[in-house]
Amino acid sequence: MIVAEIKPIEEIADSIKAIKDAKKVLVAGCGGCVTVCLSGGQKETDIMASALRMKMEVDGQPVQIETATYERQCDPEYVVRFKEHLKDVDVVVSMACGVGVQFMAENYPEIIFVPGQNTKFAGAAVEHGIWEERCMLCGECVLAKTGGVCPIIRCSKSLLNGPCGGSQNGVCEVSKDTPCAWQLIYDRLKGQGRLDMMTEVLPAKDWSKNRDGGPRKIVREDVRL
Amino acid sequence: MSEAVAIDKQAVLKTDSKLEKLYSLGHFVVTGELGPPQHSEGHELEHHASELKDIVDGFNLTDNQTAIVRLSSIAAGVHVLKGGGVPIIQMTCRDRNRIAMQSDLLGAYSLGIRDVLCLSGDHQSFGNHPTCKNVYDVDSVQLIAMVKKMRDEKKLLSDSPIKTNEPRFFIGAVENPFGDPFEFRAIRLEKKVNAGADFIQTQAIFDVEKFARFMEMVVARGIHERTKITAGILPVRSVKALQYMKKDVAGMEIPDSLIERMKKAEDPKKEGIQVSIELCNQLKKIPGVAGIHIMPVGWEAALPEIVKGAGFLPRPKV
Repeated sequence: MIVAEIKPIEEIADSIKAIKDAKKVLVAGCGGCVTVCLSGGQKETDIMASALRMKMEVDGQPVQIETATYERQCDPEYVVRFKEHLKDVDVVVSMACGVGVQFMAENYPEIIFVPGQNTKFAGAAVEHGIWEERCMLCGECVLAKTGGVCPIIRCSKSLLNGPCGGSQNGVCEVSKDTPCAWQLIYDRLKGQGRLDMMTEVLPAKDWSKNRDGGPRKIVREDVRL
Repeated sequence: MSEAVAIDKQAVLKTDSKLEKLYSLGHFVVTGELGPPQHSEGHELEHHASELKDIVDGFNLTDNQTAIVRLSSIAAGVHVLKGGGVPIIQMTCRDRNRIAMQSDLLGAYSLGIRDVLCLSGDHQSFGNHPTCKNVYDVDSVQLIAMVKKMRDEKKLLSDSPIKTNEPRFFIGAVENPFGDPFEFRAIRLEKKVNAGADFIQTQAIFDVEKFARFMEMVVARGIHERTKITAGILPVRSVKALQYMKKDVAGMEIPDSLIERMKKAEDPKKEGIQVSIELCNQLKKIPGVAGIHIMPVGWEAALPEIVKGAGFLPRPKV
């Protein structure tokens, strides 16, 4: 899932204050990934609305704040449902990921959107309250060659041909809290009796499949209406 | 007869690198290292090269080591050439994509540089721009393959032909015998040799016993016959420096006995030189070691003392 983290309330309040004559604000929650990672679902949206109401009041610029949360902000069928909540709204604080914020803004171009979150990464909850990055969406998966551990995102240098000289005692030179991806790969392949895979020289990656090729798009004729 | 052998050997040289010539003639190669300054004046590099050119066979020029902005390794190489030395430019994968790297390789060769050392590079979080973006478009193994492709296939990485004047570098790589997983280090070295590394410089060695175990694996795989392995020496001036490296530098193994020895030393500088000389003498006897690479890290005065003390003078003229 997409993992996001709520922005400091001061930053969100400052963004609203910067909008001239903003009187009515909608805090828009999302029922997708950000609900699962406990940062932008209905509960967090209600809390954000209360906090913002108080903050704006205390700062001497009170605004009317309402909330609405639907299943997703990245899907047209749910995005239209926000329409009924947008009457007289000057600003929407979207609690969705960066995709949701943009998709809503595209659909309601007359309204000003402010992100309520910093969208962090594609990851998973390794335990309750701890999320870790697992995929950088590079566009061409190498996991079949690397024992199911992604060196592109889990190695601090995205190395494709084994650990750098800074791997020691299983951790990365950058932080003792970060496992060395190549140690993980080595251990996994060793456990599977497939260490010979690590002798293969993987060629330079085709980054045009990544963002470097420009914004990406997939067209699936088989499912188009 | 010996001249005939020499000529015969020269006939198969891949480059006009002095290092390659020395290795091919069976010399035990001794190289040093100069750290480019954090300013735009190169006279000191030229001066060091001029003073030390008969002490070592070549000088590594580090490429923004520890991710601290310095005078570029290629420009530093030109200053070394002016001083009469042989530059070995380092090229890391951290700061440039494949376009910039190939462009710089063409440029470096055009300026008279013949030796390049390919490495990943220290992560930017250690340096003076920790908020920067790193590149790693290619990794160190892929960089080695790219330099080889430019030389041997006369092609850029993209397969575009280099129609004339391809850069013919003698290609170096690094290996840290003390990094983990230890058992994989020789295999990783082999990958670099398979990719095209003509010579290898190792991380600084303090733990000779562990290095010897690494070299046993290297020799068992026959890697030493396909590349020239240069053992790394880092002279230390104080026990503090050793303690710092043990604690804070990833991938360094420093025996406690050495720390104790430096602690007791009346003249730590002298003792540091003596330790380096002893290391040279131990390392040169290890099967598969074809040379010594000394990294004085700002203590250039140590170079002649170590090289002389280890009996590596005079350096061969080729």
